[in-house]
Amino acid sequence: MFKRKGRGFLQGYRIDFWDVITLISMIFFGLFLIYPVSRLVVNAFQTKGAIGEISIGNFIKFFSKPYYRNAVLNSVKVTFFATMLTIFIGVTLAYITTNFKIKAVKVINVLIIISMFSPPFIGAYSWILMLGRAGVITVFFQNVFGITLPTIYGFNGILLVFTLNLFPYIYMYTRGALKKVDKSLGEAAESLGDHGIKKVIKVSLPLITPTILAGAAIVFLRAFADYGTPRLIGEGYIVMPVLVYNEWLSETGSNAFFASAVAFIMMIIAIVVFLLQMHFSRKNYNMSMLNPPEPKKLKGIGNILAHVFVYFVTTLSILPTIYITIISFKNYKGSIMIDGYSLTNYVLVWAKAKSSIVNTFKFGITAIIVIVLLGTMFAYVTVRKRNPFSRSLDACVQLPYVIPGTIYGLMLLISYNSGLIVLTGTATIIIIAYIIRRMPYTVRSSASILRQINPNIEEASLSLGYSSLPTFFKVTMPVMIPGIVSGAILSWITVIQELSSTLMLYTGKTSTMSTAIFQEVNRSSYGTASALATILKIVMISSLLLFFKLTGNADVDM
Amino acid sequence: MAVAIHINHVKKQYDDNVVIHDLSTDIKPGELFTLLGPSGCGKTTLLRMIAGFISIEAGTILFDEKVINDVPVHKRNIGMVFQSYAIFPNMTVYRNVEYGLKNKKLSKEEIKKRMEEILRIVQLTEYKDRYPNQLSGGQQQRVALARAFVVQPQVLLMDEPLSNLDAKLRLEMRAVISGIQKKLGITTVYVTHDQEEALAMSDRIAVMNNGDIYQCDVPERIYSRPYNTFVANFIGSSSMIDGVVTSSNDVTGIRLATGMEIVMQNVVPLEIGRKVIVSIRPEEFVIVPEGKGKKGVVKLKQFLGRNIKYEIQFEDGTEIEVCSDTNSTERIYESGEDIYITVNTKRINVFDSESKRTLIEGVQSNV
Repeated sequence: MFKRKGRGFLQGYRIDFWDVITLISMIFFGLFLIYPVSRLVVNAFQTKGAIGEISIGNFIKFFSKPYYRNAVLNSVKVTFFATMLTIFIGVTLAYITTNFKIKAVKVINVLIIISMFSPPFIGAYSWILMLGRAGVITVFFQNVFGITLPTIYGFNGILLVFTLNLFPYIYMYTRGALKKVDKSLGEAAESLGDHGIKKVIKVSLPLITPTILAGAAIVFLRAFADYGTPRLIGEGYIVMPVLVYNEWLSETGSNAFFASAVAFIMMIIAIVVFLLQMHFSRKNYNMSMLNPPEPKKLKGIGNILAHVFVYFVTTLSILPTIYITIISFKNYKGSIMIDGYSLTNYVLVWAKAKSSIVNTFKFGITAIIVIVLLGTMFAYVTVRKRNPFSRSLDACVQLPYVIPGTIYGLMLLISYNSGLIVLTGTATIIIIAYIIRRMPYTVRSSASILRQINPNIEEASLSLGYSSLPTFFKVTMPVMIPGIVSGAILSWITVIQELSSTLMLYTGKTSTMSTAIFQEVNRSSYGTASALATILKIVMISSLLLFFKLTGNADVDM
Repeated sequence: MAVAIHINHVKKQYDDNVVIHDLSTDIKPGELFTLLGPSGCGKTTLLRMIAGFISIEAGTILFDEKVINDVPVHKRNIGMVFQSYAIFPNMTVYRNVEYGLKNKKLSKEEIKKRMEEILRIVQLTEYKDRYPNQLSGGQQQRVALARAFVVQPQVLLMDEPLSNLDAKLRLEMRAVISGIQKKLGITTVYVTHDQEEALAMSDRIAVMNNGDIYQCDVPERIYSRPYNTFVANFIGSSSMIDGVVTSSNDVTGIRLATGMEIVMQNVVPLEIGRKVIVSIRPEEFVIVPEGKGKKGVVKLKQFLGRNIKYEIQFEDGTEIEVCSDTNSTERIYESGEDIYITVNTKRINVFDSESKRTLIEGVQSNV
């Protein structure tokens, strides 16, 4: 009756919309990620111009000079201590706020989120104004009590800024996880005779350890990659991103090969940390949320201590923002603060740095549109179309996590300085940097939204006569929209404050607010720097408020 | 209008794992055809092959005379109802149901007419402006049904549509589904693991296991004359008792492991000494006065209102389940009491102990 037909591999195969998207993504990541990374790696093993023979000369030079070796030690040391401190502060804070009633806990949360989304270099600069050599607090202690405060420059300052800027990550992650620890688990532990701190260590802590580790890895990678903070407050304390930047723009002649080698070592360290984190947080406990924990009211000294801790940490973390805002209205003569308040700084900013504000919006909006469109579709491919291509796309998307901004800027410069495509000095190269650096977050959040959408609704649309393209735009995308929009706002907030790669890539014409602030600080124009920083913070905070309004919740899910 | 579905020697495999080896069956125009089987038997896989969500590795599926193997889902003109309902959360009831219609080149009046009619049939007219999250499970299910029916598909596919509903609603929706299906006369393939649902709703049932159809027939025949022991076990509960053929003349005598002797009039000719399995449902045992049947001991008694259920053990250790009608029962036996049992041989089934296939005359696997 009916004979079986021999069917070849591709016989009857129809190329659909998603194959085109997969192809686009391959080209995109190939051009702006894989190629730049390989150029950097090749460069790291070169010592002479053009494509010479492979040499490990750069690495020999690196490890034979204490100056370079110390940069690694310094980086690892300050990053490690910062990570430990953030874990201590973040976990303690999260434990207190989920289990005990703290007055105005919502305000505390919002303030902590604000400080999380503040760029660390602005924090560094604010602390210098408060605790630096001529800082208000330093001078106050000197004049009134005759006490010389310990120096803020170097290790201490970097550690302070990193800790205060990054503990919110641990706090947010841990709080998210603690909220999911069923109340009855603690009650079960109590019924079995474990009380108080013993209960916490034996029941809660093991359950949230994978989450804490994931947060710790993020803190480590961010602190390790940060250029602005150690550059401003580190002075003689040289860390790796500063070293890469200095070697690239050295006064004695730029050395792209050596800079690449240093960057290569940085990437290796970042990858090791990333893989360790993946390994240790594999065990993820699925917890039922039948009985979320309820904050209890503490009594007596415990209550006072809990409040003091929470308020003290929050105040410290928000202090730089407040101080910068005040300073922005203060009158300045050059770099010297003089009496009286006015809008002079803002007027000056408008005259001097208007274009940087315009650029920030232009670059940011362009980047966000591309990130949302491509990120959502790439996420769709990685979640719904499992094949070798989508798996390699998945791997590509992870890569930017471990590439520090300075290093990524360097890669783009090496790759697109000359040759077929020249992008150096253009706005495009900065926008590309924003897109690639932010893409992983968008793809990951879109993917997690997609996983919660039952594929059946797409199949229902197909069965009703719509092909895959209209199905995506009529059904999948609209269902994803709330998540996409809130994700886009968070991306926007990070993109407009991006410093480390922009600093490598910008020219006078393509300066952004963050680079302008950085340059103003370098020129000791503290008044205009503060005014610009305040404008940036206002944009950031209003975006954050919009985010809260859209999600209907003064919280950020991590 | 209604189409027939022909499934010819289809094969499904994932990498090296063959899920369906070689399956053939024909579904008649306008009938409600049920794929029934335990989880993992391949019933949903077969349904999704008909829908076009997954590829067919070998063989063909036809709607009437048209091979649809390479026709993409959106061109197959099917309606699908999912276990999870899969209604679009971002659209109102009206927009959900209208979604498929808007894609067919119909006049505004025609769309409006069809929408009014289907919403009335599924009783959702007053809910048409609600969003899915404002509806109960049963209402969501009716949206899914309306959405599939309204496009007047050639073929309607239903994947366990009632399994997320509570027991009472399930009974109600059974009637709704078969009502609309009969009214519109759409060829329907219905997947379920619930035998009662299958028996109640289907025109024909295909009992599946291990990626194969074990028996395909009308519900009454599936229930009363299972083709093999798997079907007998899956549909209702039966006591499976080993037996051996003791005489073979006009009638066949079988001695059961329990020591009972039964006489069968409807089995194929069997040689003396042939080993068989006799499957007896709880209601096919008869409780008789002392001395008439085989003696057993009541291990457990459950009074269920209309029925009384006993677990009875015979001297050889065989345990059986017996169900007796409360109205026609002489007396109620308590645990530990002796009880005498015979068998209503007209209803019971006999299987070959090796091939596990039926030995009853005239029973076929595929009707």
